[in-house]
Amino acid sequence: MDAIGIEERVAKYGTRSIKKAAKLRGLKLAASMVDLTTLEGKDTPGKVASLCQKALCPHDPELGVPQVAAVCVYPAMVKHARKALGSDTVVRVASVATAFPSGQAPLKTRLAEVKAAVADGADEIDMVINRGAFLSGEFGVMQDEIRAVVEACGQATLKVILEVSELETYDNIRAASFLAMRVIREGDFIKTSTGKTSLNATLGNNQVMIEAIRDYYLDTGISIAMKPAGGIRTAKQALTFLIAIKETLGDAWLNHSRYRFGASALLNDLIRQIEKEKTGAYQAPYYFSEATESY
Amino acid sequence: MTSLAEKKLPRVSARSGRPAPELIFGDLWEFDPSPETADPKLKTRYDLFIDGQFVAPKLGKYFDSINPASEQKLAEIAQASAADVDAAYQAAKAAYDNVWGKLPGRERAKYLFRIARLLQDRAREFAVAETLDGGKPIKESRDFDVPMAAAHFFYHAGWADKLDYVAPGRKVAPLGVVGQVIPWNFPLLMLAWKLAPALAMGNTVVLKPAETTSITCLKLAEILQDAGLPPGVVNFVTGAGDVGAAVLNHPIPAKIAFTGSTEVGKIIMRSLAGTEKKMTLELGGKAANIVFDDAPLNQAVEGIVNGIFFNQGHVCCAGSRLLVHEPVAEQVLTKLKNRIKVLRVGDPIDKNTDIGAINSKEQLQKITAMVASGVKEGAEMFQPACRLPAKGFYFRPTLFSGVSMSHRIAREEIFGPVLSILTFRTVDEAIERANNTAYGLSAGVWTDKGSRILKMSTELKAGVVWANTYNKFDPASPFGGYKESGFGREGGRQGLLDYCKLS
Repeated sequence: MDAIGIEERVAKYGTRSIKKAAKLRGLKLAASMVDLTTLEGKDTPGKVASLCQKALCPHDPELGVPQVAAVCVYPAMVKHARKALGSDTVVRVASVATAFPSGQAPLKTRLAEVKAAVADGADEIDMVINRGAFLSGEFGVMQDEIRAVVEACGQATLKVILEVSELETYDNIRAASFLAMRVIREGDFIKTSTGKTSLNATLGNNQVMIEAIRDYYLDTGISIAMKPAGGIRTAKQALTFLIAIKETLGDAWLNHSRYRFGASALLNDLIRQIEKEKTGAYQAPYYFSEATESY
Repeated sequence: MTSLAEKKLPRVSARSGRPAPELIFGDLWEFDPSPETADPKLKTRYDLFIDGQFVAPKLGKYFDSINPASEQKLAEIAQASAADVDAAYQAAKAAYDNVWGKLPGRERAKYLFRIARLLQDRAREFAVAETLDGGKPIKESRDFDVPMAAAHFFYHAGWADKLDYVAPGRKVAPLGVVGQVIPWNFPLLMLAWKLAPALAMGNTVVLKPAETTSITCLKLAEILQDAGLPPGVVNFVTGAGDVGAAVLNHPIPAKIAFTGSTEVGKIIMRSLAGTEKKMTLELGGKAANIVFDDAPLNQAVEGIVNGIFFNQGHVCCAGSRLLVHEPVAEQVLTKLKNRIKVLRVGDPIDKNTDIGAINSKEQLQKITAMVASGVKEGAEMFQPACRLPAKGFYFRPTLFSGVSMSHRIAREEIFGPVLSILTFRTVDEAIERANNTAYGLSAGVWTDKGSRILKMSTELKAGVVWANTYNKFDPASPFGGYKESGFGREGGRQGLLDYCKLS
């Protein structure tokens, strides 16, 4: 990998100019891909219920903002989220598990956490990889652990968080992407970060991972999905990430079963921009309901 | 790490015989038009710029300049005659003898700084004018041509009062009047990188832009007026080849600087043989872009695309021959195909356009003929299925694989968005193939190995060798060729030395 080359490539996405109908379509598409997230020590069943309400009905239905893809919560909150969303909904319940965000717990504990979350009604599990094992060259250990989590997931979709900021280099990110992709199933995700470190999803990291997904797909025919998480707060950023997908992976990845945004503040900015496209004017922030703090 | 990731891939599709997986680049999320709206402030008629004034041509003739993207007329341009060229040279000589040649360097620098600043002030207007006149995408004229033109004026403004240090231990003096002829691929940039060193060194200039792209040159004349440049220091004469010949063969100029085709370069050399005139020529190229198996392939693909499709391939240093190491040839070709499927060909004034219009009908015909010869000689062609506008001159980005060294498309300069792909096995073979050309302007090397980069840059007979990147320019970096790509350098200290007498 050549860092300068990657950054030059992604800079070109930023020069794309998205206007009018294309902008509106892009904004709605992005909204449908949001994993509305709250991952705080102070989360309560009430707060999670409010998040779920926001997920089901992000804004005035007249505006036509789609429901988000999922809500993402800690395992202890899964049953509350399940209850708030009900069983008859397209919005999925995602839960971080495996001793998120550090992953520093015995494998047995981590697997038990995954199973508990699935039993409580989680449709999707966001796991963290064993960065320690990866960085010390024990790729087999890291890969075996992911394989074990795949089994523990059962029917649930798995998202493998690489925690890119701890992997340091683009080469490591690509290598870790491949190690993960070889043991997860078609439709499972690789994900940039936990959102708990200083540097989260960037266009560069996103590019390295979606190129890995592309190369893996062209070689094996297996489509892996992608989720950048953390740090994507504005509609403009989200559109730029979508352009990266459009030009690297193509149309088949432009939907919420292949691409997600792990974010919370992003949703309101998307709605604000959609409202602006409709009315021609920006509305004051207090017109948009808050459900979480920024992530 | 990368090799670990890539080498263990199971090639399921190849083994099972299923059709290979394909990516879909369709119109699920199509972009709306996004034209740049700045006013190019064009006049309906442009006269010659002689002795600080716009003057009508003596014979009163004008020709049309069209927008190659729509074939619509943009403006009328004066058709200069030999008498006009003579008037321009007389003005340049008078300005050199009476004003410019006597002005101290620090005073000349002020004018150059002023020109650079005024050009920056009007950057968007110039970018739009450049795109309308030449067909290049607005994102290139906005992000490359205009800023780079200003950068050349700034850089040489900095030199103008430091010329005592440009050739340590020797004295430099201006040559006098210089005649310059420039091509249509980078009208404003070529103008800037020819004018700036000449003026910094204390010469005066008569310059002829290409007939299809005279507008930004004449717009720059407005800036020269606004900057208060003394009359006659810079003169612009417009027209076709006959005007160029008059500029080159006039007795006054002490030096001729030409950028253009090798064919015309040879004619110029013949006509100047035996005269006292100094000469620099920057001519064609057929650059090799060499990709080794240890290169960062995804980034190399980006560099290859930038190398050949930048400015529709109308670049003398375009990486038009791709030499790929055999083990990765297949992989690189697949990646290239997927990459060029998302290049957006269309109206150059749209901010999302990657490949704009071919500069003229003649050039389009030339490219079409060369591509036909590639098909006829048995190379395998790939073009993405993009829609082209109904009017205007457009050509799809084109890849040729299975090209051999004897194919015309591997030997002759196409000057269009056409890439010929060849393979090699060893470093020595790569060098031999890269150097097996009449040209020698530029080359690219893609490898992870520093020692190999150094070896290649020594062995490749090319004026510029880019390593793990392509088409990077800077006013401080000299640019020029070997063999039939010409001689003399432009930019940097070396470029200045070509505009002075050393003693």
